[in-house]
Parts: sequence; structure tokens; C-alpha cells
Amino acid sequence: MEDFSQAFLLMFQMLGSRDPELLGIIELSLQISLSATALAALVGLPLGAAAAVFRFPGRGVLAAMMNASMGLPPVVVGLVVYLGLSRAGPLGELGLLFTPQAMIITQTLLVTPIIAALTRQTIADLDEGCREQLMALNTSPVQMVFTLLWEGRFSVLTAILAGFGRAIAEVGAVLIVGGNIREVTRVMTTTIALETSKGNLALAMALGLVLLTITLLVNLLATGLRNAAARQYA
Amino acid sequence: MRRPGSTLIALILALSATVPARGQDFIVVASTTSTENSGLFDHLLPTFEARAGFAVRVIAVGTGAALQYGRRCDADVVMVHAPAAEQAFVAAGYGVERHPLMHNDFLVVGPRSDPAGIADLDSAAAALAVIAEAGAAFISRGDDSGTHKKELQLWEEAEVDLAEIAGSWYREAGAGMGQTLNIARGMEAYTLADRATWLSFGNRGDMRILLEGDPELLNPYGVIRVDAERCPNVKTEMAQRFIDWLRSDEGQQRIADFRVAGQPLFTPHRQP
Repeated sequence: MEDFSQAFLLMFQMLGSRDPELLGIIELSLQISLSATALAALVGLPLGAAAAVFRFPGRGVLAAMMNASMGLPPVVVGLVVYLGLSRAGPLGELGLLFTPQAMIITQTLLVTPIIAALTRQTIADLDEGCREQLMALNTSPVQMVFTLLWEGRFSVLTAILAGFGRAIAEVGAVLIVGGNIREVTRVMTTTIALETSKGNLALAMALGLVLLTITLLVNLLATGLRNAAARQYA
Repeated sequence: MRRPGSTLIALILALSATVPARGQDFIVVASTTSTENSGLFDHLLPTFEARAGFAVRVIAVGTGAALQYGRRCDADVVMVHAPAAEQAFVAAGYGVERHPLMHNDFLVVGPRSDPAGIADLDSAAAALAVIAEAGAAFISRGDDSGTHKKELQLWEEAEVDLAEIAGSWYREAGAGMGQTLNIARGMEAYTLADRATWLSFGNRGDMRILLEGDPELLNPYGVIRVDAERCPNVKTEMAQRFIDWLRSDEGQQRIADFRVAGQPLFTPHRQP
């Protein structure tokens, strides 16, 4: 128990001290994971909704594949991106390896299936009721995708938050493609892994608590926005 | 009804603007966890970066992985500690030349109770033979790092066939030095550690140095520039400036000055 109380104490000290290096790490974590989540939402939302709305052969298989890809192992995704962005790989010319951009790409690949799969389910549930109504209005399928996304926007937010949760908490993939370079690609999770490997367990735990706090704040903010919007539209 | 798409696009634009731009010039150095985690680079780099006007980005991995980054042209310089592997790297044309940089030593560490009774021995190979005889728990790095390579060499000298005993008292962690020490502490096991990681490690608990000072336990570090003939993206001029500085009087002095808890961690190759 001593470890935990020490960790809590350290966390408050860290947050109180406003250490510029820690603030930089928090900022970079948020930039990377929020960017990746936004990009993933841009792709995943229409993709998930389309998979729910359009009727085509193999629809059930696609749904199963989307659900399964939520379980993509981050280390494997990291390895694939590493091999792609490595100088010896097909995209080596871009010089993106060991940069925050590489980390955004990796997290986007991890998060898109989560957002797409959860959106598909949300829209499929919604679809039951709305579909006939929209059909009667002679809506085109593309219009229907966006209409349903808009109708289900409050539930879809949960899908996006689940994606963000994956992005901000992930360590294996960003370690491979980012390299955990101090002040360049070092984020919260890779710092925690580093401090654990240095045997600074209380410090690592305190950093973990900071990460949890940040994730909680982001979720509270999103829920607050959602509720405010819901009141406005009600 | 509002267009849902426009809000999302505005969000993306706002976010992508915050993504940090790639800043000043830099080189990438693939090095080992022992040099990075001990704080050596934090000690060396500010001086060099101020002089040179470019940044040195350090990727800290095991020696095997660091050399692999060099082979794939993902690093400009490798700084590792496995002379035989380093020479093979240069001989295969991946690196230009191996320069000896500094050294320290490996230690056999383990629980204070020392169940196999190795504390009075002088030879690391003999100690490993005694550990094998006693069947006392031993954690191997198992990650193709410089320390792992040294450990395998010591088992060979001890004439212990690992293929036969793996999984019993001998466990492969497949992890970095720090993680391996965390495991060794948890399992009250012996392990081979480099002195730099050991001294800067914060979770030693009841573990002690049980054997040190055997000349076999010397741990030399070398630095190699990745060959631009094979890897045209290598920033040869900057990479060479870094290597030259490390080997200069100033660089060697800075290495000698580095202390953790009052103890020097690395001995420069050339006494400045």
C-alpha cells in the first residue's frame, strides 16, 4: 500500500510543480491521440454507417470482420507501420519514422476499426426505426448514411471516446514507430514504460494516475458538450 | 438541419495544425538502454548540441535491435556494446568503422541470501556453473542485447547447455535490463546486469552485487557511423561530427565526469 500512497503524493506534486517536461509530454500525448481519433472518426463514422445502411452480399461477414479488427494487436500494427516507414521500406523516402506523425498514423489505424465497428452497431440499431421513414421520403443511400449518423450523434460520441481511450492508452505500437525520443516522441505511456524499466515504480504509477486523470477530463468534457448540445436541440 | 460533416472537417483542420512540425536538423542515434536509462545522454548531449547546432535523437533499444536499425538505414549512428556483433556489422558493409568509445563492466546480481553461494567466487563462468548446479533461479534478458550476448558466452564457458535446461530454473524475460531486474527481484533470481543500469536502477530491494571484477566481465562500448554508400539518407557529416566529438578530449572528459550517486558509470576509452 505504501507504493500507492507514495504514487498519489507524487502525482499531486507533479501536477503542482508544472514541470515543463511533463507538461510537454502530456501535450504531445493529447495532440497525437486527439489527431488520430479525429482522423479515425472521419473515416470510421461514414464507413461504419455505410456498412449498416447498405444491403449487399457478405454484409454479415464484413460486420464480423469489423468487430474482429477492434482486437488488432497494437504491437503488430506498430510493426507493420515501422516496416512501411523504415528507410528500407516502401515509404522510407518520406522520412516519417520516429516522428509524431508516424505515431498519429499508427494510432489512426488502430482506432478506425473501433469507431467503425461501434458506429455500425449504433446505426444498425437506429436503422430499424428510421429506415422505412427515410425510404418513404425517397432519400438516397448516401444521404441516408449522413442522416442516420446525425440522428445517432450522441451515441456515436461513445464510439469516438472508445477510440480515443484506445489511442491514449496504447504503448506497444507508438514505442516501435516513435522510438520514445525525449522531447520528440515521448508520450505518457512510453514514459510510464520507461520509468518502470528504470525501477522507478512509484514515479511510473504516479504518471499512470496523471494519464487516468487526463483521460477522465477528456471524457467529462465530451459528455458535458454532448449534454449541452442535447439540451439545445431538445 | 446542420451539416454534420462541416463541423468534423473544421475539427480535423484545427487538430492537424497542432501537430508538431519537424523542427531543426537532427541525427538519429540507435543506442542501448544502459546508456539512455542511466542518464548518460542527458549528460552528454546538451554540451554537444549547443556546440554543433543540431539535435541528437536517441532511440534506446537492445544492441541487436540497434544494429538492425542501422542495417535498415533508420539510424545515422549506432552506439552499442557487443564488439563481435559490431565487427560483423562493419564487415558486412553496414557501418564504416567501429571506434572504441568507453567501457564499464557486467555484474552478477541476485538475492542477498545468495542461495547458490557464489559470493566468494572470482570467476563469472564458475559462478554460473554453480548456479546451474544448484538449480537456482536465473533470469536471462533473452532479447539479443549486448548483455544477453555476453551472458550466452559465459554459459558456454561454464559448459552449461541451455537448450537442455530452459524453462526450469532458467527463464528468458525477453525484455530490457530494467524489466529483467524487476523480474529478478520479484522471483528472487540471479541475473547478469551492466553496472550503469544497476547503479541507476530504483527498484533493487534486497538484491545485491554478488560477483564483480572478473576481467571476463568487461563491457566495452563502440560507436559506428552507418555507411552512406548503402544508406544514402545517412547524414554523414553530422554523424561524423558527433562521433569525432565523443572521441575528442572534451567528449571523453564528459564521459569520465558522468556520475550517478557519486559513482562513475563509464570509463572513457582514452584517458583525457
